[in-house]
Amino acid sequence: MARLTAENTELALEIIARYPRPKSALIPLLHLAQEQDGHVTDAAMSQIAELVGVSAAEVLGTASFYEMFKFEPVGRYMVNICTNISCQLMGGEELLEHAESTLGIRPGQTTEDGLFTLEDVECIAACTEAPCLQVNYRYFHKISNPQFDQLVADLRSGARNDIPPHGTLAKVRQRIPADRRAGVVTPEDTAHPVWLASSQEAQS
Amino acid sequence: MSTTEVPRIITSRFDHEDSHTLARYEATGGYQALRKAIGMAPAAVFDEVKAASLLGRGGAGFPAGVKWGLAPAEVWPRYLVVNGDESEPGTYKDRLLMERDPHQLIEGVLLACYAIGCGQAFLYVRGEMALAQEHIAAALNDAYAAGYVGRNILGTDFSVDVVLTWGAGAYIVGEETALIESLEGNRGMPRLKPPFFPAAKGLYMQPTIVNNVETLSNLPWIISNGGEAFAALGAETSRGTRMFAVSGHVKTPGVFEVEYGVTTFRDLIFSPQYGGGIRNDNAIKAFIPGGASAPWFFEEHLDLPLEKVTVDRAGSMLGSGAIVVMDETTDAVKACLRVVRFFARESCGKCTPCREGTTWLEKILQRILDGYGRPSDLALLMDVCDNISPGIAWPPKQTTICPLGPSAVSPIASAMERFRSEFDARITQAEQTRISVPVAFPKAVTHA
Amino acid sequence: MPESEAPAVDGVVVEINGHEVVARKGELLIDAAERAGTYIPRFCYHERMKPVGMCRMCLVEVDTGRGPALQPSCMIECTPGMKVETESEITKKAQDGVLEFLLLNHPLDCPVCDKGGECPLQDQTMAFGPGESRMVEEKRHKEKPIPISDLVLLDRERCILCDRCTRFAKDVAGDPLIHFIHRGNNTEINTFPDEPFASYFSGNTVQICPVGALTASTYRFKARPWDLDTTESTCQGCSVGCRISIDSSRDQVQRYSGVDIDPVNWGWLCDKGRFSSEAVAAEGRLSEPLLRTAAGLTPARWSDALAAAAKALSAASSSAIAFIGGARLTNEDAYAWAKLAKGVLGTDNVDAQLADGLPAEAALGLPRTTIDELCAPGGTVLLLGPDPKEELPVLFLRLRHAVENDRVTLLEISPRSTGITSLAKASLQPRPGETGDLLRALTASVDADRDIAGVPADRVNAVRALLAAANGPIKVVLGRASLSESVAVTLDAATVLLEARPDTVFLPALRRANIHGALDMGLAPGMLPGRVTLESARDWFAECWPTVPAQRGLDTVGILEAAAAGRIDVLVLLGADPLADVPDADLASRGLAGARTVISVDTLLNSSSAQADIVLAAAGFAEKAGTTTNLEGRVSSLSQRVTPPGTARPDWVLATELASRLGTDLGFTSHVDVLAEIGSIAPAHLGLTAELVASSPSGVLVPGELPAPIVDEEEAAIGDEVSAAADAVDVEVADGASEVETDGGEQAEPIDPELLAELDQAEGAAAQPALVAFSAAPAVVSPPVDSYSFRLVATRKLYDQGTIVQSGNHLAGLAPGTSVRVSPYDFDRLGVEAGGTVSVRSPRTMMMMPIHADAGVARGTAAVVVNQSDHQVSNLVNITDLVTELRIETTK
Ligand SMILES: Cc1cc2nc3c(=O)[nH]c(=O)nc-3n(C[C@H](O)[C@H](O)[C@H](O)COP(=O)(O)O)c2cc1C
Ligand code: SF4
Ligand code: FES
Repeated sequence: MARLTAENTELALEIIARYPRPKSALIPLLHLAQEQDGHVTDAAMSQIAELVGVSAAEVLGTASFYEMFKFEPVGRYMVNICTNISCQLMGGEELLEHAESTLGIRPGQTTEDGLFTLEDVECIAACTEAPCLQVNYRYFHKISNPQFDQLVADLRSGARNDIPPHGTLAKVRQRIPADRRAGVVTPEDTAHPVWLASSQEAQS
Repeated sequence: MSTTEVPRIITSRFDHEDSHTLARYEATGGYQALRKAIGMAPAAVFDEVKAASLLGRGGAGFPAGVKWGLAPAEVWPRYLVVNGDESEPGTYKDRLLMERDPHQLIEGVLLACYAIGCGQAFLYVRGEMALAQEHIAAALNDAYAAGYVGRNILGTDFSVDVVLTWGAGAYIVGEETALIESLEGNRGMPRLKPPFFPAAKGLYMQPTIVNNVETLSNLPWIISNGGEAFAALGAETSRGTRMFAVSGHVKTPGVFEVEYGVTTFRDLIFSPQYGGGIRNDNAIKAFIPGGASAPWFFEEHLDLPLEKVTVDRAGSMLGSGAIVVMDETTDAVKACLRVVRFFARESCGKCTPCREGTTWLEKILQRILDGYGRPSDLALLMDVCDNISPGIAWPPKQTTICPLGPSAVSPIASAMERFRSEFDARITQAEQTRISVPVAFPKAVTHA
Repeated sequence: MPESEAPAVDGVVVEINGHEVVARKGELLIDAAERAGTYIPRFCYHERMKPVGMCRMCLVEVDTGRGPALQPSCMIECTPGMKVETESEITKKAQDGVLEFLLLNHPLDCPVCDKGGECPLQDQTMAFGPGESRMVEEKRHKEKPIPISDLVLLDRERCILCDRCTRFAKDVAGDPLIHFIHRGNNTEINTFPDEPFASYFSGNTVQICPVGALTASTYRFKARPWDLDTTESTCQGCSVGCRISIDSSRDQVQRYSGVDIDPVNWGWLCDKGRFSSEAVAAEGRLSEPLLRTAAGLTPARWSDALAAAAKALSAASSSAIAFIGGARLTNEDAYAWAKLAKGVLGTDNVDAQLADGLPAEAALGLPRTTIDELCAPGGTVLLLGPDPKEELPVLFLRLRHAVENDRVTLLEISPRSTGITSLAKASLQPRPGETGDLLRALTASVDADRDIAGVPADRVNAVRALLAAANGPIKVVLGRASLSESVAVTLDAATVLLEARPDTVFLPALRRANIHGALDMGLAPGMLPGRVTLESARDWFAECWPTVPAQRGLDTVGILEAAAAGRIDVLVLLGADPLADVPDADLASRGLAGARTVISVDTLLNSSSAQADIVLAAAGFAEKAGTTTNLEGRVSSLSQRVTPPGTARPDWVLATELASRLGTDLGFTSHVDVLAEIGSIAPAHLGLTAELVASSPSGVLVPGELPAPIVDEEEAAIGDEVSAAADAVDVEVADGASEVETDGGEQAEPIDPELLAELDQAEGAAAQPALVAFSAAPAVVSPPVDSYSFRLVATRKLYDQGTIVQSGNHLAGLAPGTSVRVSPYDFDRLGVEAGGTVSVRSPRTMMMMPIHADAGVARGTAAVVVNQSDHQVSNLVNITDLVTELRIETTK
C-alpha cells in the first residue's frame, strides 16, 4: 500500500526540518499521509518511522492515540455530529439519530457508496451554535433535520463541492521562506538569546 | 455592571469580514505593539505583563506574569508553546480568536517570546479546526513575508520562528504536559507535576512557557495601552476582559467579551445583550460555570461575579469561560452521564483510577439510565468517585496524575447532591419492571 | 554499595510511619521505605528503570510541610523532614481502590495462568483485595494469547498497562517494537503489524511483567510455582556471566530467571541465555560413553571407554598428545584437565580457544578493567572487538545504559558496524588488517593528512581529537572484531594504544562462557593455573604437580596443523567442536582426520565429536556444581539443580578417573577439593575458597576481591616496594604478585613488569611467580589493496548453529542463515538483485550464497556471519593469512 509520493516525501522532509527533534514531526506527517490516501496506511507509517528515526510500533503508538487518524478506508466525507453536553441539550442526539436514518448507517460505519462515514463525536467548540456538526472538519452550525438532508443531498449530487476529501485539513500550508527562517533551536543551543543580551547592553 | 465603557480588547476586529487578513490587521493598529516592544527592553515588556495581572485563560487561571517568571534563570533555550487545543465541552472562544484574528495571536506570541527570551515558538491548534489552521497558516506566511516573524524581525536582532502545528483529536492534549508530549511526537499522556513543571522541564526537558490562545491574544493591547490600563478593568484578582461562551438552554447563545471580575452569571445568562434568558422562559435548573470539568452551579449562584477567587470559594471554577445552561426540562441523569462519558472516552489511560474508574462510572450510569439500576448503585457511584478523587471535595484531591479523572467526579457529585431523587426514581422504576428478569444487565461494548 | 547499607553522610532524614529513616540523597521514597522495612505495593515501578508513576498503586500520604497529600512514592524523592504515612486510612483506601480498578477487567483465569502463584497482582489481591467484584458489567474481552515473537506470547486481557515491558523495550534494550496502542480504556500493548518483538532481550519482559500478560513460549503450562525448586547459578550463555536462578520440577530444568546483581547483569538476561534452559535436556544428550566399532560409535561401559582412552594416552609421547577446548567447563573441570594434561601427561599442547580469541598472555596480561569501571559515568570507552550485542548481549545493555544515562563516550573501531554503532559518538571502519595503522594515526601527535585504513582523514582526526580530549584512561573492550582477520592485528592495535596511553585498561571480550576461567586454569599453551606462564611458574608448580611440561606447546592452530601432518597421536576435545568453531574449517577437518585417536568429552554429539573414536559423556550445565569466571575475572558459583542424564559425569571426575588409570592420583574427591587446590596454588587465586564464593552472590573478582593473604615479613617488604612503585594506584598485593586495579577509572598506572620480575628473582627458586604481563606485539604490515577484491569480515550472530541455540526448540529456528553483505555502493556496482545468489571465491574455495546491500559494511569489504548453516563460510578462510580476499561474481 501507499507510501508517500515523492512530492509528499519532500514536503515531509521540509516539515521535519522545522522541529528541534525529528520525532516532533510525527503528527504532521501522519496528517500528510492521511491527506494523501484518506487514511493512514501501514506502509506510510513504516516510511514515517524511517523518516523520523523511530520504530513503526512507536508511530502506531502515537497515531492510534489520536481519534482523527483512521487506519482503514473511510468515506469521502466524514460526518461528525456532536452530542456533547451543549449539543445534547439542544438536540444533538436527535440529530445523530436522524442522520443515522438518512444515511442508513450507524456511527463508525461508512455508506455503501463510500461517500459518508458517520461519527458521534465529542465537543467541537461550536457550543453556542448547537446542534452542530462537521463534514471533514468544516463546521455546520445549528443544523435542523431538513438542513441535514439537504447537505447530504448536495454533497451526493456534487452541488456542493467546496469540501475537500477526507484527510485534507487546512488548504493553506505554512511555508517558511529560507531567507526569513530564524532556524530551529535545539536543546543543545544553549546560547543566551541575542536580543536579550543586546538590549541589556543598550540599557546599561 | 458597566458594559458601555468597557473596551473590546480581543474581539475588536470581529465585526470585520476580513478581520483575519494582514491588511485589516495593519489598518487597525496591528503590529504596533510589536514595534513598541522592540524599542523597549525585554524586561520592560515583561513588567507590563506583570502589571496587567493577566490571569491565564486556559482553565487554571494562573497569572501569566508569574508563570513566565518561573522559568529558571539563565537556562537556555526556552520555548513558547501556544495552547490552541480548545476541547473542554462548552468552550468556544479560542477557535474564534484563531479564525478571526490570527495576527493578534501571532503578535501576542512574538511579544511573549521577546519578553521571555524564547528561541522558538510552537502554535498548537486543535486538529479538528481546519479553518483556524488555514487562517493561521496564511497569517504566518504573510507575517513572515512582511518581516514580522522569523529572522531579524523588523530589522532588529530579535529572531524567532513560529511553527504552526496541529493535533489529531485528543482532549487530554489540552493539558499542558500532554500537549508537550504531543509536540514531541508522543502519545498525549500527561507528565507528573512535580517534577515536570513545564516552566522548568517542558518541551525536550527545557524551560517552556505554555499559554492559552486567549491569554496571548491580550498581549498586543496590554503593550499598546500599558499593563495599568488592563489592570484597571475588572476586580479582585480578575483583571481586564474575558470571553465567555454561553450555551445550552438560553434564548440567544453566544460568545461575549465582558469585563472580568464584575459581570455576574445572571448578566451573562439573562441580559438581553448576552444570553437573553432561559428558552421559553423556563426555570433554570443548573448551569456549569466553567466547562464540563467544573462542578455545577444552581440558581443561588447566579449573582456571583465572574471573578476567579469568588467562584473558587463557592465550590466551582470559571475554568475555560464556558457557561452551559440547563433548564428545568433537563434530565439530570442523562446530562450527568453525557459529561461522564466524555471524560471516560477522553482518558489518556495512564492512571489506573482514571482509565478504569471513569469507564466504570459511565457503565453504572448507563445502566441506571437503561433501567437496570440497583439501589446499591448510588453508594457505589460515590465510592468509585471517592477512589478517583478522595473526599470528593473542591478543589479536588486526586489519585491520578492530572485532573481529568477527578473531572468525571464533578458532574456526579453535583447531580447527586441536588437531583438525587431523579436517580432514585430511575432505580425504583427499574426495580418494579425488572421483577421477571433478575440479572439481565446489558452486554458491555467490547473492543477487539 | 550493597543495598542494605545506608550511608551516614549525604543522608536525608525522613519520617515514615512515625519512624525516622535515613534516605540517600535523591533516593525515591519507595526505595527508602523498602530499605527501612516498609514495603509499599507497586506495579509499574521497577528499580532498574525510570519511574513513570502511572499504576498509582504506590500512593502514600506525604507531607512536605503543606499538609498530607497522596503522592506516588515511586516518583517522589526523599526531602528532609518529609513525613510519610503508608498505613493511614486514606492511603489504604486509595490503594484498595487502585487494586479494585485493576481487577475490574482482569480475567480470573489464575488457575490456568503461568504467573499464578507468583503474581504480584494475585498476591496483592489475596492480602488486601476485595473479596468479590463490585462490577456487574461484563469484562473487556480480547483474543487470548497472541504471539508477539517466536519466544513471547501476549494476553492482552491480563495486561494492567504498567508500561514495564514497553519501557524495557525502549529504554533498556533500545528495541521499541512493542508499544501502547489506542487510548484510555481501549489501550493495549501490541506490535506493529508484521513486525514482531524480535529483540534479543524479549524474555526480560516476561520476567518483569507483574501479571501473566507476557509469557514465554518455552515455559507455557510447564510448571506451577509451588512445584518449583530453585537455585541460584551463573548463566553459561556467554562470558558476561549473568546471575540467574534455575527453576526445576520433577528433576527437569523449567526456566531461568535473571537475578539482580549490581556489578554485572542488573537482573537482565539475553534471550539466548534465558531460553537455553531448553538445552539442558536436549534431544541427543549423551547418557553413556561411546566407542567406535565397525558399526560406528556404539554405547560402551565406562570402564571400557576409560580404559581405551587411558591406553591411547599412555601409548603416546607427551608431545603427541593435545587438548583442545574447555571453555564450557567449570573452573574445577578446567583445572582438573590442566593438571592431567600438563601435570600428569606432561603435554603443553593445550588450548581452550579455537583460534578465534586472544592469546592467553594478552587476555590475562593486559591491564584489566571491570564492567562497572567501564561504565562509570563520564568515561571514554573504545570498542575494539566483536559486536557486543551479538556476542556479549548483557554487556551491550550495560554499555547502552552508560551511554544513554551516564555520559559515557563510546568510540568504535570495527571493520563493520555493530549493534551498538548508533550509540557511538564516532564509529570508524578500518579495512580488515589495518586497524593498527588506524590506531597509530589516532594516537599520533599530529593530524593525519590522508585516508588511513580506508577511513577519511577528517574522520580519523575527529576521533583523534576525541581521544586526546578524553579525561581518565581509555577503557577498551578488546577482542576479535573479525574472525577472518589475524589476531596479530588486534594485538598490534592494543600495543599501539598502550604505548601511547599507558593508563589504558582493557576488558577482554572473549565470548565462550567460561573461556576466561579456562585460561585462568592454564588451558592455554605456555600457561599454568593462576595467570602465570609456564616459564615463570614451572618451579612453583613442580612442588605439587608430578610433571610440568618442559617447553611451550602448540595452540589450536598448531595442534591442528600438527595433527594434519600426522604428528598427533591423541587429540582430546573438551566440549569443543573445531569443525564449527575454528575460523578455518578446512584446517579443522584436516586436523581431525589426521589425529590418530580422537577422544571427545562432550554432552552431545556435534560435527567434530561425531568423528571421535572415544566419546566420554559429560554432565552439563545445571547438572554439576562448581565455579565459573566471567570476562572481568569474577568467579561465581554454578549450581547443580538436576541429575545428569544416564551415567554422564562431571569433567573433573573424568579427568580424575583417567589419571588414576594412568597411575596418578589427582587428589580430588569432590569439586570443592579442586577449588581448594586452586585457591592454594594458583597464584592469582590464592585465598579463593568455596565458602568465599558461596557467600558472595555477586561473585569474587580475582584477585582484587580476594582476602589479603597473611604474608611473612620479607614478602611484606616486597609488597611495600610494589605499592610505592604504583604510588597513587590501588594495588592489591598478593604475596608479591600484583594486580592493578584502577580506582574509579582515574589515573591508573600499570606496574612495571620488569620490576616485578626482579623482585621475583630476588625470592629464589620456589618464589611465587609474577602474574603474566602483556608484552608488546610487533606492528602488522598489511598487504596492498586489490581493488577487484573484497576483504572479508567474518562475524558472529547471537543465534547460530552452536549447541546452545540448536539444542532448544524455540531458539533453533532463529539463526538467520548465511549470506554475504556488501556496501550499497559495491552492491550497485556488482549489478545484482537483493537476495540474489553470487559466487564468493577465496584462495581456498568457492561457495554460493545470497547477497544483500548493507550500509553498515564499508566499501571494498564483504561481511559474512560464521556458523550459520551447513556450508561453513569459515572454509573460505586460511587462518595463517593476515586477511582473506574475496572475489564476488554474479552467477548468470
Ligand atoms: C484535562 C485538561 C484539559 C485542558 N485543556 C485545555 C485546553 O484545551 N486549552 C487550554 O488552553 N488549556 C487547557 N488546559 C489547561 C492547560 O493545562 C494550561 O493550564 C493552560 O494551557 C495554560 O495556559 P494559560 O496559563 O494561558 O491559561 C487543560 C487542562 C487540563 C487538566
Ligand atoms: S488522570 Fe486520566 S487523563 Fe490524566 S493522566 Fe491520568 S489517565 Fe491520563
Ligand atoms: S509503582 Fe508508583 S505509580 Fe506504579
